[in-house]
Amino acid sequence: MSEEMYKEMAQSIIDGDSDKSVELAQKAIEIQMHPLDAITKGFVVGVNYIGDQFGKGEAFLPELVMAGEAMKAAVATLDPELRKLGEAREIMGRVVLATVEGDIHEIGKTLVGTMLSASGFEVYDIGVDAPADKIIGKAIEVDANIIGMSALLTTTMVRQREVIDELEKEGLRGKFKVIVGGAPITREWYEKIKADGYSEDAIGAVKLAKELVGKE
Amino acid sequence: MSKNIKSISNPKLKLEVLTTEEVQKIHDATLWIIENVGVRFPSKRALEIWEANGAAVDHEKKIVRAKPQLIEDALKKCPPKYILAARDPEQDCSLDGNHVYLGTDGCGVEVIDIETGQKRTSQLSDVRDISRLADATEEVGFHWVPVSAQDVPPEARGLHEVRAIWENSTKHVQTESIYNADEAKAAIEMAALIAGGKDKLRERPVLSLMQCTAPPLGHDGGSLDAALLAAEVGIPTGFMTMAACLTTGPVTLAGNLAVGNAEVIAATALLQLACPGAPVFYAAAQTASDLRTGAYTGGGPEDFLFGAATNVLSDFYNIPLSMGAFATGAKDPNWQAGLEGAMSSFMASVVMSDMLLGCGFLHGSRIWSFAEMMMDCEIFSIMHKMMKGIVVNEETLALDAIAAVGPGGHFLAQKHTRNHMREIFLPEFMDRRPYSEWESKKDDARDWALAKARKKLKEHQPDLLDPKISAEMAKIIKSVEKE
Ligand code: B12
Repeated sequence: MSEEMYKEMAQSIIDGDSDKSVELAQKAIEIQMHPLDAITKGFVVGVNYIGDQFGKGEAFLPELVMAGEAMKAAVATLDPELRKLGEAREIMGRVVLATVEGDIHEIGKTLVGTMLSASGFEVYDIGVDAPADKIIGKAIEVDANIIGMSALLTTTMVRQREVIDELEKEGLRGKFKVIVGGAPITREWYEKIKADGYSEDAIGAVKLAKELVGKE
Repeated sequence: MSKNIKSISNPKLKLEVLTTEEVQKIHDATLWIIENVGVRFPSKRALEIWEANGAAVDHEKKIVRAKPQLIEDALKKCPPKYILAARDPEQDCSLDGNHVYLGTDGCGVEVIDIETGQKRTSQLSDVRDISRLADATEEVGFHWVPVSAQDVPPEARGLHEVRAIWENSTKHVQTESIYNADEAKAAIEMAALIAGGKDKLRERPVLSLMQCTAPPLGHDGGSLDAALLAAEVGIPTGFMTMAACLTTGPVTLAGNLAVGNAEVIAATALLQLACPGAPVFYAAAQTASDLRTGAYTGGGPEDFLFGAATNVLSDFYNIPLSMGAFATGAKDPNWQAGLEGAMSSFMASVVMSDMLLGCGFLHGSRIWSFAEMMMDCEIFSIMHKMMKGIVVNEETLALDAIAAVGPGGHFLAQKHTRNHMREIFLPEFMDRRPYSEWESKKDDARDWALAKARKKLKEHQPDLLDPKISAEMAKIIKSVEKE
C-alpha cells in the first residue's frame, strides 16, 4: 500500500504536477503516514530522479523547475504535521539569495535558487534590486548559513563588496559564508572582495554551497 | 581615412517571414496583453503620465493597463524617419527605412587584449581604442559604448565612456549604459556641447540611448526616467526587448514576439504621450534560453527568425529598428561565431533593419575581441554585397563577350571582364591559398583579422574633438562623480 503511494508521490514530482503532489501529501496525512517518510521515501525520490536526468542532459530546465515547485508544494502541505511532531526535515543548509541593489537581472539568480532547493537547501530568495540591509536582515532572521549574491552589471557588482564590508563592520562576517556570481564576476573579483566562493553556473553553485557547509 | 560609411540600401533580396495577417495577429495579441495583463512601469513619472492619459494604473504593483486606442493613437505620433547625427555631418546615419548600418556591440565586461591575447577586465582605454578602430572602419556606421570602463567610478562611468568615444571618433554615439536620470541629464548636456546647444539636439542628435525592457512585461525605473529626459530634448531613444523563450518569454516564438512587442510599444507609446513626435526606435534581441542550462544563447535558429520577424513589426508601426545581430555564444572567433554572425546579420539585413548591433563580441555579449570585430565587419561586407542581388540587363547578360569567346576558351582577356571584375567580392579573411602555403604557416582568418586591427590602430588618427568641448565635458562628469 505505502509502496504504491511512494511511487505515485515520486511520479507526481517527475511530472511536475503540484496539484497531484499536494493531493498525495494530504492523503498521507489522512492515512497517518509519517510525513518524513512521505518526503524521503516518496517525493524526494522523484526530485532525485529528475536531478539525475537533468545532470545527464536528458531532462530540461522546465522539468527541473516544475519538479521543484511540486516538491515545494508537497513539503508545505506536510510541514504543519512535521511541526506537530516536533521534527524537521534534514536540510543541507539555509541560503539567502538576492540580486543586488540597482540590478534587475533575475534569471541566473532564480536558477541558482532552483538548483539549490532541488539539492536540499532551504532557499530564501528575496528577489532583485535588494539593498544590503535587506539581504543581511534576512540572513540574520532565518539564521542562514550562506548568503548568495548575483550581480550582472559592472556598476552593481561593487554592491557585493558593500555587503561584505557591512557584515565585517557589524561583526557578522564569520557567521555567514558569502558566495557571488553573475556575468562580470571573475575569480579575481571574488578574491578581491574576499567572498567565500563564486561560480559561473548553477551546478557549480550547488557544488560550492555543499563544500561551504561541509557536505561534499 | 574612412570618412565613408558602408551601409546596405536598395536591396534586391526579399524574404517573407510573416504574412500581413500574421503581423496583424501579433499586433492584436499585443494590444490584448497591454489591456488585460498590463505592463510594469516602476517610475513615478511614467505612472503619472499614463494616469493623466486615462490608462488604468495600479500604483502598488506599478502595473499599467491601457486601451488599444490609447496605444495606437500614441504610436501614430512617432516620426518614421530621422537621422542619427555624427560629429562629422558627412557621417550622419539616415534612419529612413532604406539603410542598414552596423554598430559596434556594447557594454562588454572583458577584453581579449590586442597585444597579449590575454582576457582581462575592460577599462576606459579599451573604449578609446575600440572607438578609434571603429572610426577607421567603413563597415561601422555608429558606435555603441563597446565595453565598460571599469577603472572609473560607477556613478559617472557611462559619461566617461561617451566622452571617450567622441574624443576618438566623428561617428554617431549610441549608448546602453546610461540608465538613470542623473547620468542622462549630464549626458544631454555633454551632447549639447557638440550639437551647439540643447535646442540643436533635436536637429542634430549626436547621441542616442538604448534602454532594455525588463521582460516579461516590465521596465526598469531608471531606464524609463532616462528615456523620458532624452525624449524631451529630441535625443532618439529605443527600448530593447530581450524576451527569451522559456525563461522571460513564452516558449513559442509567436508568443515571445507578442510579449516583447508589448514591452516595446507600451514604452514607445509612453514617450509619445509625454513628448509627441519624439524620435524613437524599436530595439530587440530576443532569443531562446538554452534548454539545459537556461543560459543566454545569443544565436541559434530562433534568434535568426526573430531577427527577420522584428523588422516586420517595426515596419508595421513605421518606426526604425535596431536589431541584435552578430551575437554568439562562442568563446573564440571560430566556426560558431562565424555561423551565428552570418545568419543573424543576413536575416536582419534582408528585411532592412536600420541598425545592426553589433560587431565584436564573444561569449554571449560579454567578451570583446578585436579579431572578432574585424571578421564581423567582413561578414557585414558580404551581406552588403549579397543584398545587391543579381542584376539582369543587356550589359550583365554579356552576350557580346559570350559570342567573342565562343565554345571553349576563357573570359579572362575580355574587356567586359575587366570592366566588371571589381564587382566580384574580394575577401580579406578567407583562405583560398594553396594547401602547402597554409601548411607552412598554419595561420587563418583570426590572425589576419588581428593583424589588421593592430595596423589600423597604429595608423589611424581621428579628427580631434575641440579641446574646449572636451574640457567642458570633463567638468560635467566631475559634477556627477561622488566625492
Ligand atoms: C537577459 C539579460 C537582461 C534582461 C534580464 C531579464 C530578467 N528578467 O532577468 C534585461 C533585458 C532586463 C536586461 C537589462 C539590462 N541589461 Co542585461 N543582460 C542580459 C543577458 C543577455 C543575459 C543574462 C541572463 O539572464 N543569462 C542567463 C542566466 C542563466 O545566466 P546568468 O545570469 O549569468 O547566471 C548564471 C551564472 O552567472 C551564475 N550565477 C548568477 N548569479 C549567481 C549568484 C551566485 C551566488 C552564484 C554562486 C552564481 C550565480 O549561475 C547562473 C546560472 O547558471 C546578459 C549577457 C550575458 N550573457 O550574461 C546581459 C547583460 C548582463 N546586461 C547588460 C546591461 C548593460 C543591461 C542594462 C543596463 C541595459 C540597459 N541600458 O537597459 C539593463 C540593466 C537594468 C538593471 N538595472 O539591472 C550587460 C552588462 C554589462 C556591463 N558592462 O555592466 C550584459 C553583460 C550584456 C551587454 N553586454 O550589454 N538584461
